[in-house]
Amino acid sequence: MTHTSSYPLLRTAGIDGMLVSFGDRLSEPANRAALAFRAALERESWEGVEEISSSLVSAYLRFDPLAVPHADLEARLRALMGSRDWLQAELPHGRRLHRIPTAYGGTLAPQLAEAAQVAGMTEADAVESLSSARVRVTALGFAPGQPYLGELPEVWNIPRQQALTPRVPQGALVLAIRQFVIFSVTAPTGWRHVGQTAAPLFRLGAKRPFLLAPGDEVEFPQVSVEVFERMQDDPDGGASWEALP
Amino acid sequence: MTGTTRRELIVHRAGPAVTVQDGGRPGWIAYGLSRGGAMDRMALAEAAALLGQGESAALEMGGVGGRFEAGCDLRIALTGAPMRASIDGAPVVWHACHALPKGAVLEIGPLQAGAYGYLSVGGGLAPDEILGAVSAHLTAGLGRAIEAGDRIRVGVDRGSAVARKLAVEDRFSGGALRVVESLQTRLFPEEQRARLETTRFTRDARANRMGAKVVPEGEPFGVEGGLTVVSEIITPGDIQVTGDGAPFVLLAECQTTGGYPRLATVIPADLPRIAQAPAGAELRFRFVTMDEALAAEAAHRAALKEMPRRVEPLVRHPGDVPDLLGYKLVSGFSNGEHHDH
Repeated sequence: MTHTSSYPLLRTAGIDGMLVSFGDRLSEPANRAALAFRAALERESWEGVEEISSSLVSAYLRFDPLAVPHADLEARLRALMGSRDWLQAELPHGRRLHRIPTAYGGTLAPQLAEAAQVAGMTEADAVESLSSARVRVTALGFAPGQPYLGELPEVWNIPRQQALTPRVPQGALVLAIRQFVIFSVTAPTGWRHVGQTAAPLFRLGAKRPFLLAPGDEVEFPQVSVEVFERMQDDPDGGASWEALP
Repeated sequence: MTGTTRRELIVHRAGPAVTVQDGGRPGWIAYGLSRGGAMDRMALAEAAALLGQGESAALEMGGVGGRFEAGCDLRIALTGAPMRASIDGAPVVWHACHALPKGAVLEIGPLQAGAYGYLSVGGGLAPDEILGAVSAHLTAGLGRAIEAGDRIRVGVDRGSAVARKLAVEDRFSGGALRVVESLQTRLFPEEQRARLETTRFTRDARANRMGAKVVPEGEPFGVEGGLTVVSEIITPGDIQVTGDGAPFVLLAECQTTGGYPRLATVIPADLPRIAQAPAGAELRFRFVTMDEALAAEAAHRAALKEMPRRVEPLVRHPGDVPDLLGYKLVSGFSNGEHHDH
């Protein structure tokens, strides 16, 4: 069912959206291509285009279909798609490396042991692996500023759980299929809650209301419960960042 | 405006699903925040036409309204799903605008049809902005539901028209919805795509600002088991098919991305009809080509533009008025009992 040769693939989304996809499953090159294509669309700033975003493997563009005929926009998109090999694209500029201190396991993140077991590791090895991983924001989605982060080492290719956890708290670091998600709101999830962070992903009124942007990289160094408790009074939740070249 | 009169709407009681809504917050989907805004955007346009102003923020009332008091002389418009309403005890007409003098009490009861009624005011509701809009987006944790005791700031009213009405086509009882193919429509077998058009659906009681579940009469829908679809952009109107085979039509407060495949997308012009379909209402879907959908969009926008010209005076026949003496026969005047100027 995979037609690798048909990518990049142009499809409509509703009457006012077009989507350019670079794969039918998450992969590092497809994600890089999506981010680069989105950045290129932002540079083009075509008239009639109202919103641009990217998801895991696609760039999306919303436009006024009565101001810009579908055929015109499609022609432009196809020209841009064919202008280079997007799978070889570099990551966008202005990226950041964030360090978000995380309390692993215990009562704050009760599913660490279970996740470690599914991955076939000891709890200590799991913490070692997760706290030293550097992952990238592949997309923001579902809730404000909420990141999908990938990819973790192959050993973390563990499935979603059978039943939903009714609610994980804001800041929960959850894991499945080689990815992390940090919850920006309290929500139900089928992913396993392995760590707890205190950094707000979304801060109203701040100059940069969303902490993370697609393409940014993130590490989750381990802190003790005591340190975690203290971090909760910090408006940044202990998080720090530096610019990436 | 004197120093003591604040332009505000005072809330004495509010149903559980009353929120301030405007056109929503475009421009943030890249950050995981969907546009949100009024479930029935047509109702905002109708209020704007009645009040003779631009589109402004209104109170969206799901299920039941509440008890409100004018903190100053106000003009109000009642649009969207009709609800029982009265001003100082005297019934008032829905799909119309009225004077609500300072101190007057507006009582809005349960729905008579549809799902969401709207209370708009001259000058618009003007609570604090969040990321460039005032609408509450509860799924995203922005804003909150309106509660008793709230005093909602009202903008400056530059208009004066009251006692006007607008004839409104029924969009409050389900019906036919036009859809276009979505990016994942072709993942579904041809049989299901054909069946979508011949199946009668019932709007389930499970519905909220994120979306409405529609239950098919007959076979469930779904992509053959085991297929894992990469999470992809979601837009309002998308018909998402989750595990149980009953499609979920995504609406104003939908998530920005999702992994369940989408069967089709309801065109924007028909979104008010699905947003306003009450539980139990019958719905049908019909595929249209992109050209037909764009023609429908052009017609929809033309109708919105034309709307102010369709507003007409609200003439009461004395025989229809149960309590003639209780009525304010001249706009701006009242019986004086409640309105101490």
